[in-house]
Amino acid sequence: MDEIITLDYGSGGKKTSRLIEGMIVPSLSNPMLNELGDGAILPGGEKLVFSTDSFVVNPMFFPGGDIGKLSVCGTVNDIAVCGGVPKFLSCAFIIEEGLPVSQLERVIASIAKCCEKAGVQVVTGDTKVVEKGRGDGIYINTAGIGVLKYPALTPRAIRPGDVVIVSGTVGDHGAAVMLARNGMLQGDISSDCAPLNTLCEAVLSTGAGVRVLRDPTRGGVATTLNEFVEGSGVGIELDEDAIPVRDTVRAACDMLGLDPMYCANEGKVLCVVDADDAETVLSAMRKTDVGVDAAVVGTVTERYPARVVMHTALGGSRILQKLTGAQLPRIC
Amino acid sequence: MPSANERASMLLRAIRALNVGEVRLMEVCGTHTMAIAKNGIRTLLPDNVKLLSGPGCPVCVTPGEVIDRVLELSMQRNVIITTYGDMMRVPGSTPGDSLQRRRALGADVRIVYSPVDAVKTAKENPGREVVFLGVGFETTAPGTAAAVLTAEGEGVKNFSLWSMLKTVEPALRALIAAEGFNVQGFLCPGHVGTIIGEKGFEFLPREYGLPAVIGGFEAEDILLSVYMLLKQIADGTPTIKNEYTRAVSENGNPLALKMIERCFEPRRDIWRGLGEIDGSGLVLREELSAFDAEKRFELPTVTTVKPTACRCGDVITGRIYPRECPLFGRRCTPEDPVGPCMVSSEGACAAAYKYRELTED
Repeated sequence: MDEIITLDYGSGGKKTSRLIEGMIVPSLSNPMLNELGDGAILPGGEKLVFSTDSFVVNPMFFPGGDIGKLSVCGTVNDIAVCGGVPKFLSCAFIIEEGLPVSQLERVIASIAKCCEKAGVQVVTGDTKVVEKGRGDGIYINTAGIGVLKYPALTPRAIRPGDVVIVSGTVGDHGAAVMLARNGMLQGDISSDCAPLNTLCEAVLSTGAGVRVLRDPTRGGVATTLNEFVEGSGVGIELDEDAIPVRDTVRAACDMLGLDPMYCANEGKVLCVVDADDAETVLSAMRKTDVGVDAAVVGTVTERYPARVVMHTALGGSRILQKLTGAQLPRIC
Repeated sequence: MPSANERASMLLRAIRALNVGEVRLMEVCGTHTMAIAKNGIRTLLPDNVKLLSGPGCPVCVTPGEVIDRVLELSMQRNVIITTYGDMMRVPGSTPGDSLQRRRALGADVRIVYSPVDAVKTAKENPGREVVFLGVGFETTAPGTAAAVLTAEGEGVKNFSLWSMLKTVEPALRALIAAEGFNVQGFLCPGHVGTIIGEKGFEFLPREYGLPAVIGGFEAEDILLSVYMLLKQIADGTPTIKNEYTRAVSENGNPLALKMIERCFEPRRDIWRGLGEIDGSGLVLREELSAFDAEKRFELPTVTTVKPTACRCGDVITGRIYPRECPLFGRRCTPEDPVGPCMVSSEGACAAAYKYRELTED
């Protein structure tokens, strides 16, 4: 049977890794790409951070956001977690014939509003229109450039004894989009979609011993934590009780057969930090509007090398793997 | 009131205090499978108490040759297949061939959360044939019946049901009768219990002398159910006990049972791992056969079941743990599953893989 691309390849889980690390990176290899960070650090007099992301979320409007807001946050956040100060974006639209202009206007207004909040400008762009049936309303690609302010954030800096902090509740975006897609009751579940550059700046400007920051989008917290320790001599032990999950999100996930730990987030940061600085980072996060629910959720140890282990509320333990297969298609 | 953790510790102390020797208990519900794995319950129980996953995942017990026929049907130009998400990646007899792959190749396959949504899809696409894949046990049968009756009532002629529905009792009887059966008690499915009631499981202690507890799905429910099973074993008084009293009554849900009765009749059906079992499947009654997809579409019976080393059958009959299958985690993973137990999120192998327990390293 010929290998074909299925939705699993876009899930952010193991097949996505296979696509990127098995097909793309070997052909396009260079030191900046090979880091596989959320963005690339470019050499030169003033070091720049460069990142890009495409957005195909369905539905294009959902509680707490829309594809426009998402397309700004996604790229801004990728730059911010690399230690960069995001400055300039490009924005390219692929629009399907038949899209009501009013909807496009809403999306553009949302982009403008989010750019203002994040302090970035769209300075170049492109539009293409494809035949009816060849797209899904609208797809957006953004790329962004920022100035590197806090260098050397990398999973390789993680040490035993460090603690893991999440900046707020887990799984909100994935649950909100899934419910919106199925036209189900939404209650008070809305996407956490938000620019995180203010929060990252607040954390990094404290001078705390931050090893790495990352925003756990596709594949969720479980997948990002696995990326932190893959191939290393350390592991992460999580305390299930400490992980903030909204009751409504937990209930929705139970109903849909999902796990919040694998649901996408679009306004959260995972941070590994020197244990001595944990309180500093927590209080810096909690002072920002998107970090009030920040919590220490785990520690880095040598007990389970390259593994993420969850200690359950009851006292049991299990290994938390990367997402396998598609948890849900097209969430970002 | 003690906290959840304290209550769990109390239950575990009580479980350890019972002197029962080596005991193998089986759950027969995918939701239990997942809850046990997710909460790490096996790592909490003493070594002498083993929890096995039985044929509780409806997707997992659907045989490959039925999937092959569904894949065949999905390629017919006028057909829209509607299904629960779990069916998307179940392979037919060729590993890797699935509805997901067929969709990528152009088949119109849509995930629905309710069979009634499939009827809605039929109404929205009057020129197309909409087939709903009815998978599940007594829990999903009433909703499936409701969809068929809705289609009948509203004259939605382009809707049909492919019934893969199954019932629990005949399967449990076959399992118990099978060679090598070695289970001392059943954790009975709370969801099925809401429909068939305590009565539906009475045959286990009465006819086979096997303790049975209908359990809920929270970690505490499961621990309490395990305790209740072990207590019966320790006391030598097998009976049917209901731990899930907040949802399950003695007689179940008469309205739901009536719906099933009105639409379906039992038929001999094939279970992966158990083989053919009399009266274990549900087929639409003669008067509703116009809505029966298997009768509406002429499909070749595919009999090309290729032998693989997949031991899903041994897993769901409790003969082996998932990790004892030679393919587990190597050739067979959730992204490239060989057997259905690895596909369905409620399958024993998928649960064991996703929530791998530390004891298994």
